[in-house]
Amino acid sequence: MPEQEHDCKHRHEQQHDRDKIWRKLGLTDREYSMIVGQLGREPNAVELNMYSVMWSEHCGYKHSKSSLKLFPTGGPRVVQGPGENAGVLDIGDGYAAVFKIESHNHPSAVEPYQGAATGVGGILRDIFTMGAQPIAFLNSLRFGPLEDDHSRYLFDGVVSGIGGYGNCVGIPTVAGEIYFEPCYRGNPLVNVMCVGVMPLERMVLGKACGIDNLVVLAGARTGRDGIHGVTFASEVLSDQSEEDRPAVQVGDPFLGKLLIDATLEAVDNKLVAGVQDFGGAGLTCALTETASRAGTGLEIELEQVPLREEGLQPFEILTSESQERMLFIVDPKNLDALEEVFRRRELQLSVLGRVTGDGIVVVRHQGEIVAAVPAESVAGGCPAYEPQSKEPAYYREQVSFDPLALPAAADFGRSLLELLASADIASKEAVWQRYDYMVRTCTVQGPGGDAAVVRLRESGRALAMTVDGNGRHTYLDPYLGGMLAVAEATRNLSCTGAEPIGITDCLNFGNPEKPEVFWQFREAVKGMAEACRVLEVPVVGGNVSFYNEVGGEAIFPTPVVGALGLLDSADQQCTVGFCREGDLICLLGPVKVAFGGSQFLKNTYGKVAGKPADIDLTMEKNMQSLLRRLIKAGLVSSAHDLSDGGLAVALAESCLSGKIGAVLDMPLSDHTALELFGEGPSRALIALDGTIIDRVLNLAESAGVSLIQLGRVGGDMLLIRSGGDTIVNLELDEIKKAYEEVF
Amino acid sequence: MKFGVVVFPGSNCDLDAYHLVRDVLYEQVEYIRYDVHSLGNYDLIILPGGFTYGDYLRSGAIAARTPVIGAVKDFAGRGGLVLGICNGFQVLTEAGLLPGALYRNDNLQFRCRQVYVRVENAGLPFTRASSRGDLLKMPVAHGDGNYYAPPGLLRELEEKKQVVFRYADQSGELTARANPNGSVDNICGVSNRTGNVLGLMPHPERAAQKALGSADGLVIFESVAEYFKSREVQGGA
Repeated sequence: MPEQEHDCKHRHEQQHDRDKIWRKLGLTDREYSMIVGQLGREPNAVELNMYSVMWSEHCGYKHSKSSLKLFPTGGPRVVQGPGENAGVLDIGDGYAAVFKIESHNHPSAVEPYQGAATGVGGILRDIFTMGAQPIAFLNSLRFGPLEDDHSRYLFDGVVSGIGGYGNCVGIPTVAGEIYFEPCYRGNPLVNVMCVGVMPLERMVLGKACGIDNLVVLAGARTGRDGIHGVTFASEVLSDQSEEDRPAVQVGDPFLGKLLIDATLEAVDNKLVAGVQDFGGAGLTCALTETASRAGTGLEIELEQVPLREEGLQPFEILTSESQERMLFIVDPKNLDALEEVFRRRELQLSVLGRVTGDGIVVVRHQGEIVAAVPAESVAGGCPAYEPQSKEPAYYREQVSFDPLALPAAADFGRSLLELLASADIASKEAVWQRYDYMVRTCTVQGPGGDAAVVRLRESGRALAMTVDGNGRHTYLDPYLGGMLAVAEATRNLSCTGAEPIGITDCLNFGNPEKPEVFWQFREAVKGMAEACRVLEVPVVGGNVSFYNEVGGEAIFPTPVVGALGLLDSADQQCTVGFCREGDLICLLGPVKVAFGGSQFLKNTYGKVAGKPADIDLTMEKNMQSLLRRLIKAGLVSSAHDLSDGGLAVALAESCLSGKIGAVLDMPLSDHTALELFGEGPSRALIALDGTIIDRVLNLAESAGVSLIQLGRVGGDMLLIRSGGDTIVNLELDEIKKAYEEVF
Repeated sequence: MKFGVVVFPGSNCDLDAYHLVRDVLYEQVEYIRYDVHSLGNYDLIILPGGFTYGDYLRSGAIAARTPVIGAVKDFAGRGGLVLGICNGFQVLTEAGLLPGALYRNDNLQFRCRQVYVRVENAGLPFTRASSRGDLLKMPVAHGDGNYYAPPGLLRELEEKKQVVFRYADQSGELTARANPNGSVDNICGVSNRTGNVLGLMPHPERAAQKALGSADGLVIFESVAEYFKSREVQGGA
């Protein structure tokens, strides 16, 4: 961009054109004046580029900062909350779990394979940057309906990309969720979570501490891929977005794998004082964030950055998002040892410069200073907006919709089969078979259950993990939807027996500058925060993805919760499948359900409407705590969360997973369809030995949680009776066919 | 016994093989770097799974040209036992230590799932603790596992009993459904002529503990242990 350099030298004459530059870079006039104020002068073109990427919504959290403060972020296990590369929780025995979720929605919309692959690579680097060995990936995906060819293309590309990176790098993809709604047609959601484990004392932060320490770059050469990727991620998508493919990075999982191993060895041998990965906003972000966190400055020689091709301009080198690069802050006396660690893996290091004490990041190129900016201003000086908020018109209309006024379903067996065969509920085995979910031989519960369970070789304990979100619920009632998302994620952990210890969230919304969208965001965050407070799970990290819109149409507000739970031993885990003939099947938790936002309503009537069932968070907490106690005491043989499709779908899933049938007698009801397919929180289906039922009933009673006996495990049918009538009468083979032959 | 696990750049099941030997078999184990020119004393060399050099070329092709392969060839030439799992199998075919080749899966997708493997030759050091026709439940996890050998070679492999494992269904039938990748004649494991080098696509190291879904893979390592014990007895006599 020679014109820009030229402009700088002729600032006064060219003022008019320069106006266009900051706007073109996504900054408002007001933001530009703030930059001038903080800098004490006008920025040159290189500096303006640095500001523009760091003050983008993606890096600067301009529209979300003030709301994110609502989340509870502390707790006895919290070692590191939000603000670092990933959250860190104490998991006992001197070990810590490190985890985070991040979105790669926009890149995946225009280049699904690389968009998803680099999403995996990016979140992976966040984890090992902290000094942790990555142990698992999870993902939460949303697409348009599969009948649509473009949606199918995106779906297939994203799944290939997730597998392509994760399989190669040798970290198992252990759990996930996939939903389909027309609102995600042009703007799919690709949220990837990574979990790692490390000895507590190994934790290393992204801080450029120690004056005269060296700033060292490792990994891939820098090219023109992903230039201004964060700016691209901070705009709404349009018909022209596919032309932004160069803003999408290209992943190299082989190099990623070498970098993990080298970085962890360097951290183990205490050769590095600070570590930062290159993510959004590339070198600019790595430099200014590490300096800003430590309150230091940096002196950088840009020619020391190894380039993939000649002729890259300073602003390109500074904003490129080329993948598989790491920044280390190194005491000069450790440089030789660090080089040795990398040389053994045929990797090069480049010393870019040193840490200074003045808080300024000075960048030189070919002998000239091309940028000199205060790290704190670039990394942390961007404004926090309090956008206008307005309740959308649809909200009141939907809430007053009464699904029970719709004509009742006649054939419950048929409705169940249709639900099981819907893309949202049907078995995703064909998808997760494309991910290596077993490598590292620690996956003791893989995909397909309520949560995955990964054993820890180091301590004998196990981590349970899950990702959950429901865009329909959050659309219909953002506050309630936010609470339900946290409740469901933690409940899924509790169904394995694990105690929920923390969450990471990925908040996918439309354009926050629209008051209706911001209202959805604010309400959802409030609901999530309230649930986190009552359920005592801190939020230790996360990611906000705004501008998920195409043609002015926003996606459903979709907060996705990644939750982590702890089991004292992998042997204590519980699974969803019925496994013992003759076991009693019981419903644990309240019976209150609704059709609002349910899968049944969507399937049967093609409607996303009504109000989802309310949640009593204290009841949720008591129910989960009771469930964990029952599992730990070995009193239940299976537990399955009741969610999409309600009781009937959960029953079918527990039968299929255990390859055994069930016979149930439902209490008489005015609305049988609601009993079978209505959805409500705080409920789980459990199976237990009939001889201990009194003991379990007593425990439930003293915990104040309802427990209803529904029937028994056995046979090769799912038979549900109500009063004297048989209302569902299906062979397991028939159920299996419906559930397993969709993808 | 002492096992060696070869680590190439991009190997990622090296850790699993290592832990299998140390924590499940309770035997000695060492990693061996891809750039060594000679091997120490080992009873079994494992080439583990993974994506050597990213498998950006043909799977295993670059790893097959690293210095350690020369040493592995010498070791095998002296009768040493070599086991290639998944990517390790691909490396061994690329290195010419095993016959045939592994193509892209016929469905063009990566496949990770449990399969049943039928023992076709129970007379090898790797299979002597099993019986012909035994079914072993083990997982596969690969994108390039479609075994191919031309008809002439296939006949030869059959005659010399070099086909060691085949994909089968739960009742032992060699069905197309049981075959996850289109491998010719459902073949998933082959040996060299002398029976001391074995490659297989399924992962026995991932099927060595009940907690992981199956312990059937252990029979391969029990066979190797039995093989060395019998040699000791013979040597003693």
